[in-house]
Amino acid sequence: MRIELQQRQAPSAIARLLAPVLALAAAFLLGGVVVAAMGRSPLAALDVYVLQPLSDPWALQEMVVKATPLVLIAVGLSFCFRANLWNIGAEGQFVVGAICGSTVALATHGTEAGAWVLPAMLLLGTLGGMAWASVPAFLRARFGVSEILTSLMLVYVAELILDYLVRGPWRDPKGFNFPQSVTFDEAATLPFLTDGGRLHVGILMALVAVVVAFVVMGHTIFGYRLRVTGEAPRAARFSGFSEPRTTFIVFAISGGLAGLAGIVEVAGQIGQLKPSISPGYGFTAIIVAFLGRLNPFGILLAGLVMALTFIGGEAAQITLRLPFDLTRTFQGILLFCVLGADALVTYRVRLVRGAPAQAAGRAA
Amino acid sequence: MTELGATAGAGADETGPPLIAMHGITKVFGSLVANDHIDLAIRAGEIHALLGENGAGKSTLVKILYGLLEPTEGEIRWRGEPVRLAGPQEARSLGIGMVFQHFSLFENLTVAENIAAAMPPDLSLAEVAAKARDVSGQYGLSVDLDRPVWTLSAGERQRIEIIRCLLQDPRLIVLDEPTSVLTPQEADRLFVTLERLAASGCAILYISHRLEEVRRLCSSATILRAGRVVATIDPRAVSAREIAGLMVGTALHDVVAGRGAAEGAPRLVVRGLSLASEKAHGQALRDIELAVRAGEVLGIAGVAGNGQGELFAALSGERLAHGPDVVAIDGKPVGHLGVTERRRLGAAFVPEERLGHGAVPDHRLAENTLLSRHGTGGLVSRGFVLADATRALATRIIETFDVRKEGADPRARTLSGGNLQKFVVGREILREPGVLVVNQPTWGVDAGAAALIRQALVDLARSGSAVLIISQDLDELFEMADRIAVIHAGELSAPEATGDLTRETVGLLMTGAAAPKGTVHAH
Repeated sequence: MRIELQQRQAPSAIARLLAPVLALAAAFLLGGVVVAAMGRSPLAALDVYVLQPLSDPWALQEMVVKATPLVLIAVGLSFCFRANLWNIGAEGQFVVGAICGSTVALATHGTEAGAWVLPAMLLLGTLGGMAWASVPAFLRARFGVSEILTSLMLVYVAELILDYLVRGPWRDPKGFNFPQSVTFDEAATLPFLTDGGRLHVGILMALVAVVVAFVVMGHTIFGYRLRVTGEAPRAARFSGFSEPRTTFIVFAISGGLAGLAGIVEVAGQIGQLKPSISPGYGFTAIIVAFLGRLNPFGILLAGLVMALTFIGGEAAQITLRLPFDLTRTFQGILLFCVLGADALVTYRVRLVRGAPAQAAGRAA
Repeated sequence: MTELGATAGAGADETGPPLIAMHGITKVFGSLVANDHIDLAIRAGEIHALLGENGAGKSTLVKILYGLLEPTEGEIRWRGEPVRLAGPQEARSLGIGMVFQHFSLFENLTVAENIAAAMPPDLSLAEVAAKARDVSGQYGLSVDLDRPVWTLSAGERQRIEIIRCLLQDPRLIVLDEPTSVLTPQEADRLFVTLERLAASGCAILYISHRLEEVRRLCSSATILRAGRVVATIDPRAVSAREIAGLMVGTALHDVVAGRGAAEGAPRLVVRGLSLASEKAHGQALRDIELAVRAGEVLGIAGVAGNGQGELFAALSGERLAHGPDVVAIDGKPVGHLGVTERRRLGAAFVPEERLGHGAVPDHRLAENTLLSRHGTGGLVSRGFVLADATRALATRIIETFDVRKEGADPRARTLSGGNLQKFVVGREILREPGVLVVNQPTWGVDAGAAALIRQALVDLARSGSAVLIISQDLDELFEMADRIAVIHAGELSAPEATGDLTRETVGLLMTGAAAPKGTVHAH
């Protein structure tokens, strides 16, 4: 007995739409099993993880705040993934973006520098992310090195640089030796959308990114180029689309958006540099991109769902004493369910009787 | 080999039930009836042809016969006994062997190792080699067991597949388009082997498009059209044209070639093109010289894998030449220019592989117009795709080239080979390019579509374009080309007027017999 995957003749459109929803439901079920195995009530966990945040205005606002970096990064990643290039180092590009953008905030700290500070920070953050992402792009285009490995490894380099900076040269002298920079001035902080809330203008940038990505992906020759490159590389070559150039461009886009997300996060809601500026947004965004089926609006929705798991995870730490690692576990389960559902939409599972080793040739 | 010996006799066994009989075989995929109550009977010692255009249902029927698909209806009888073939293992244990069109061989292993890989694991390599030597001697399948596969020609590779198949003691062998990769001389050797096999009592089901060889080899033929049997005939008693008519359902017209002007100005010129191969075991090009004149069809013959793909890449600009002057279009050096720039200078290209190279399988036809036309005007404005224009162009191609499809704008992969090829060729011809380079224009395409494509290519040349056709199909080249050159081991022979050439001379050039010694297999 063995299992075979057979490609379906025509995957149904309804199945395609339902797959992420079913994947989400399956992930909740499996997550419930894990919670039960840890000796807590799955229903209580569901309440803390999902229902409470969704019925609490503060938590809803927080959900949008957390979704902002996820959506920005995932929209960028969708360009890469469409072209079948695997930038999984968005976390590193996020960190480098935060560092580069913060140089302006730190250099102008305590001065009367005016309205140019924020735009300069955003620009430098974006460029920093691009530069960091261009390293794996260059290695791939020039030497054929797997971008999966190089982009991932650069995450650790970026994190260690940040760690060094906030413990060393950039440490706040009045910060009681905590590894953190000074708190940014008002001129270096993103304006809030509501008084007294935490909702900052970063979400608007994410929305713009979603709309622009939708238009570019669906209606321009550049979007076409990416889809051809991803789906049929030989056809892309026949079409005259240079693969190295495509590689550079998509890494620049995804790195730039990850870098922007990094500086937006620091200038928007953290207000200073410290070693832990991201709970793994760059990695979670990979799940967001796939949960959203690489569609910008799908990514917006998926970003909100994943943000919910972060908030629920924080609440569960407090009320149910469940470790934060459970949130990561759940995100992993969700990714597997999404990929599994995608596979089932495209393929049919068939059980085949009889082992192939039973060689028919011996019949004689 | 015992059973094979027991039934050995001369020619077809005319008494008793047939070796295999398929009755009322029907296979339905969704709304498509691929096989509609097909009857097929093959006797021991018989070479039976299965003919039909692409999409006629041949592959489905063969897959059912080999246990890869289960019929929706109908029964299969083996020597009069009903059998159920639930998988290839069961088909093989009955004695059904299959030689596929695409070989599944390990390039870096030797012939003997490749054969051993398909045998039970308890046999030693020496035992396998001994058995293989027996079989190859018996049926004239000479092949050097110690050579690595990557050094072998397609004909030799096919012999390995046939030996592998014969070692399973088959009573019935199914061959799918076996001569498509062979030179005429190699095909002749294959026919000798098949005749010896039939004489020893083995039944052969022979699937082919090439009617002349079917008429030469087969004693009966079943013709499929649109999933049904339209006739079972003795192909030796019927002309190739009549058989083709049965396959297509209408009478076929010959290509009206006329002869191209020998005096036209050269539009595509290649001087001293040498190009290293990109892949391991690929073919490097060596010092290629050619010129295609306005109004002319130049044919390049050759066995697959002798540098055709590399030549196409160098001409199209998918790979750049080592200098600008190596390739020239209408007198302009383009060796350093990419595909899009060459297209803008009036050149157009049709690659060998339709799905994945000439078209994106999961894209709709309208989107696939962009693939080769995005840079030459009309479809893109300021970076935005003009969706209406792509749809209008797709419609124009579909109407002009009689592309049959389901739905308004289907995905490329849902079209049959012939219809997709009409689309891919039509996409380029409608541009009225000054230079057209086509690699294998009718490879795996049904007779009706092939005739349409050939006529369109000839008409384009007659209107003043230079048309270069790279093809493995000699009949096609003799039908269309004004001059023919042969590519072998990355070298191109000097083109000669088609009228001065015979199939035999071209066939010899294709095997490299006329090339200086030492250039052959100089890996």
